[in-house]
Amino acid sequence: MTFTKLLLTAPFLLSPGLLMAQGAGVAPEQLLKPLKDSWPTYNGDYSGKRYSALTQVDRSTVKNLTLAWMIKVTPGDQPEEGGRRRGHQEVPLIIGGEGPSDLHMRGGSIKASVLQVDGTLYFTTPDNAWAVDARDGRQLWHYFWKTKGGTHIGNRGLGMWNDYLYMETPDDYLVSLEAKTGKERWHKKIAELDEGYFSTPAPIIVGNHVLVGTGNDIDAPGFLQSFDPETGDLQWKHYTVPMEKGDPGLDTWASLDAARHGGGPTWVPGAYDPETKLYIFSTGNPTPAYTTGTRGEGDNLFTCSLIALNVDTGKMAWYFQTSPHDMHDYDSAQTPVLVDAMFNGKMRKLLVTATRNGYYFTLDRVTGEHLVTAKYGMYTNWADGLNQFGGPKRNPEKDATVGGSLVSPTSGGTVNWEPPAFSPQTGLLYVAEHNSYSMFYLTDVDPRGSMGLGGKEEDHIGSSGSFLTAIDYKTGKIAWRHRYYGEGGGGGGVLATAGGLVFAGDASGNLIAHDAATGKPVWHTRIGEVTNPPQTYMLDGHQYVIAATGDMLWSFMLY
Amino acid sequence: MRLKNGFAAVALFGLSIIVANRAPAQETPQAAKPAAQTPSPQSAPAAPDAREASGVPGHRVGGFVPGQKRPPGDPAQIARGKTLFGVNCRSCHGADLRGGDMGGPNLLRSQVALRDLNGELIVPIIQGSRQQMGMPAIPISPDDAKAVAAYVRSVIETIGSQGKPPDEGRPAPSILVGNASEGKSYFEVKCASCHSATGDLQGIASKIPDPKMLQTAWVAGGERRGRGEDDPKDSARIPKATITLASGESVEGSLVRIDDFLVTVELVDGTQRTFRRNGDVPKVVIQDPMKTHTDMLSQYTDKDIHDVTAYLVTLK
Repeated sequence: MTFTKLLLTAPFLLSPGLLMAQGAGVAPEQLLKPLKDSWPTYNGDYSGKRYSALTQVDRSTVKNLTLAWMIKVTPGDQPEEGGRRRGHQEVPLIIGGEGPSDLHMRGGSIKASVLQVDGTLYFTTPDNAWAVDARDGRQLWHYFWKTKGGTHIGNRGLGMWNDYLYMETPDDYLVSLEAKTGKERWHKKIAELDEGYFSTPAPIIVGNHVLVGTGNDIDAPGFLQSFDPETGDLQWKHYTVPMEKGDPGLDTWASLDAARHGGGPTWVPGAYDPETKLYIFSTGNPTPAYTTGTRGEGDNLFTCSLIALNVDTGKMAWYFQTSPHDMHDYDSAQTPVLVDAMFNGKMRKLLVTATRNGYYFTLDRVTGEHLVTAKYGMYTNWADGLNQFGGPKRNPEKDATVGGSLVSPTSGGTVNWEPPAFSPQTGLLYVAEHNSYSMFYLTDVDPRGSMGLGGKEEDHIGSSGSFLTAIDYKTGKIAWRHRYYGEGGGGGGVLATAGGLVFAGDASGNLIAHDAATGKPVWHTRIGEVTNPPQTYMLDGHQYVIAATGDMLWSFMLY
Repeated sequence: MRLKNGFAAVALFGLSIIVANRAPAQETPQAAKPAAQTPSPQSAPAAPDAREASGVPGHRVGGFVPGQKRPPGDPAQIARGKTLFGVNCRSCHGADLRGGDMGGPNLLRSQVALRDLNGELIVPIIQGSRQQMGMPAIPISPDDAKAVAAYVRSVIETIGSQGKPPDEGRPAPSILVGNASEGKSYFEVKCASCHSATGDLQGIASKIPDPKMLQTAWVAGGERRGRGEDDPKDSARIPKATITLASGESVEGSLVRIDDFLVTVELVDGTQRTFRRNGDVPKVVIQDPMKTHTDMLSQYTDKDIHDVTAYLVTLK
């Protein structure tokens, strides 16, 4: 043991109870339970509903929610103080990474979903992970990854398998940490930074699989990989575009070369159905994003699609394309939500999703059968009717054009990555709805098409209204819209609870609890723009609600 | 009524932050890559600024991957490689490396070329390792092949953020595709009740000489400008709010902000007053002078827009 390591370890030896995260971690079978006291995976449970069974905070008690604590974190390689306590104990700082030590890239806000396991919270920003005490926000350790570069746009959080944590980095590593100490176990390269890949998702743990997605903007193929949680060895890799002659979907591209540069990145965590062993996730835009050029006129499978894979083999069971031949960077990178509910008089295993392109879908999640398509974006205008599969039929006149096309939504979408919530009590899907317009100008008329997200200029025109919107899964009809003043809102995502509440950030810096049946605000607090999905957990008989604003994490509770 | 008016106010606020919110995408990939994706001034170098910002002697930023550092190329070697590329490669791969008429693939998105550090991946291909895939062996020396690789890497360095192709200095085509006389007719029917070619819009094409900026400005209902830039006309675009308290007192002013819980107005004397909102109390009525513009967004066809722009550019 080196002297430095001894120094680092000494506080643990002296006061293990004070500094170490507690408990036994997350056994894989615990992830099969519906969301309640803890929050052990990105969406709380595998279903993606973000519906908590907790009821202590309800429509009548929510008015007593009060601030329990808040903390500000400092990304980077400088030690942080462990809170305003006697002795100003330094938080153990663990440094990993293969990059130069002089390259500090700011990663922006906390967009992560926070894990709450055994009274400890675990969360991230790009290159950084923290463990804090869930009772008072005191930092237990801070892990910093020295980056080699890459797009530092966000990190969605950690995955947990027993005592181990998993984080992806912008320079394309999967890093495994010991949950109790933050010490690194290993890191594995998951994609080529040189090829433009960058990684933001929270890994999803299913059994002995660590499911890892990756993003890219230049013309590269998307893929999802599964790694062994113990060793970090690759188990399987599934490409989301055709890579070889004979691969399914190749006939929807002009050439194999086009398909192999066709995009379809996997940058938002998916949902898992234990009964069918299907991991269901969504893919991003085709590339080049704004020009048909090399892509051809086909649907460009399996970009902007939902894909269901057998989690043990990585083989595709079904797909459904929500934006055929996308031309506006409408990544279908939204969290699919798995719901067991009545449909046309029969109990069905359903999947519901409201996508970036302004359309809502209900599918059968066993077969991929299409059941409902509805336009939920109030002014969505890029498509004309539906294709034979139930997907929106793109109107080519609304592609980027030389003279300009006025299109709603903007490329940012009616909703973006922010996860929605579904309440079985109301049968409603709650999702942010942004109705903005942009002018899309085609600036590169080269018949070969452009590259990446190039070849166009997008001029933002303005907003025609932002809402928190509740959609009936049976019909796709809107049950209610609650208007958020300003442009934005839905900040970071949505939480639904069995207390009859829906939590979301508005566009004015409020965290709001809405009545899930009507949308009426019943509680709010002005903490600034909410940047991650609100979450809830139960500790010592008290229900907490947490949300992040930038580099701050806020915790509210009922005393 | 209240709801509708407030709704219009929303739109105006949207307009006021146009510039700040411009770059959307992943988040495009991932998010517009909205503000989140757009690095703040203090943050790490994003693509366009990366070169200046890296500031590490002996290193350069390696192209479109933000923050990435690679050893600098040798200018003489790159120059020789450029010449050799023109002679041996250009006809298939294109003068801009983005693929040519003879079917050579785009080298700027080639995974091999993107990964190459010192010719170790590109040189064998030049020497014939991919003949079965249609790439012939090029009869040049190993040093010359390395020079070609250095040239390819030097162009890759100029790829823009989010994989945009290098700017070749070609101007974008003119956006003027509309019919000015049809635009004039449209203007007279739809716009002339508020606007006039000899009044408020006199000389508009001289004030905003770029047709694209002019088009975006009139569709948005005002010229785009950076935060903090004063425009005396802006006050005309700010919604007015009338707040009627339970006591019967009525307060009028320019709307500063509104949400479900508070409303703030600026009074004629420049001071501000904030009122707590509890449902419909106090009563808030908002008059948004930009409402018509917002409402029109769902009414225009793109042809209407192009025609009106073609007409407006004649108002010099």
